[in-house]
Amino acid sequence: MNSLKIGIVLLCLFVFAPPAFAKEAEYMVADPEMEKTVNAISEELRCLVCQNQTIADSNAPLAVDLKNQVRDMVESGQSQSDIIDYMVERYGDFVRYRPPMNTSTMLLWVGPFLLLLIGVVVLVVNLRKRTTVIKNDGDLSVEENERLQRLLAAESSAPAAKHGNLSSQKAGEEKS
Amino acid sequence: MLRYLVPLIVFLGVAGFLLKGLELNPREVPSPFIDKPAPSFSLPKLHEPEAQFASKDMLGQVWLLNVWASWCVACRSEHPLLVQLSHANIVPVYGLNYKDEPDDARNWLRQLGDAYVSSLIDYDGKVGIDYGVYGVPETFVIDKQGIIRHKVIGPVTPSALDNCVLPLVRKLQQATAQTVVKRTEVEGCA
Repeated sequence: MNSLKIGIVLLCLFVFAPPAFAKEAEYMVADPEMEKTVNAISEELRCLVCQNQTIADSNAPLAVDLKNQVRDMVESGQSQSDIIDYMVERYGDFVRYRPPMNTSTMLLWVGPFLLLLIGVVVLVVNLRKRTTVIKNDGDLSVEENERLQRLLAAESSAPAAKHGNLSSQKAGEEKS
Repeated sequence: MLRYLVPLIVFLGVAGFLLKGLELNPREVPSPFIDKPAPSFSLPKLHEPEAQFASKDMLGQVWLLNVWASWCVACRSEHPLLVQLSHANIVPVYGLNYKDEPDDARNWLRQLGDAYVSSLIDYDGKVGIDYGVYGVPETFVIDKQGIIRHKVIGPVTPSALDNCVLPLVRKLQQATAQTVVKRTEVEGCA
């Protein structure tokens, strides 16, 4: 009986225990507002050694250094465009996570729409061709038309032959 | 006929792009710094930390700035060539000791030979960032006016040295303040 009591108490402890959530370690930042700006700018910059990440996402040493550089520059009061210009000056447009539109990136921006356009043109041409093919198939020659009319006429004049019930049809066959 | 020709042409087009893609190095970021003034800096020297080296002291001569670190494996393979180059006395080579422990760096040079007129301690990598360094080693060719004329990404190979760096250095050394020599004038640098 005693062990049952202990069991119930344990169960209650489990069920009614206040949930504890694991908390991520928070950075010790002097100014969270500034850190937000730093992060926003870091989101715009590509990590050069891990290419498909922003420096905000990456923990590569170079990314950390670049983040620190961004932080220093924000601290010294430079604007987002100043900082991005500084990085582009050093690492080229490549460093921007969202490539700018200029002559060398034109194909990158326009390419997908160009492919879409080509796809639509091919689709339209094919659809047009298909409808003409169907129309041609539907066009019957004079002889075919006459044959069609004859068949249709035969059908409507003798409906019983087709639609009569199975037993009477069978009976008819046996008689003949 | 067209029914078979169109997929074939599309295939060849795609294959062409993929083939070209095999030759490209996605990790190589072309430096936008070519033909721009080298950022000026002042750093302590590795062998005499109380003395400072200022990049503007180099105005008037062509020099190489080689970014290296004792933790960098590729630097190790490149280093004998740089030592050779330093013996040839063609062009002064300065080292930028990037994000390294000075003691480790000094040991490394003792083991492998010191190719540098002087190595400069960039302990936190700030000058490296200023130069757009994103990997080690990198080597900058800087002309008399303090303008970056070329950047070798990764280890300097014997062929890159003979076909690009040295011919470019010679041209730059012959150039006067009025003549501008760009790396496009040296075939091997293309």
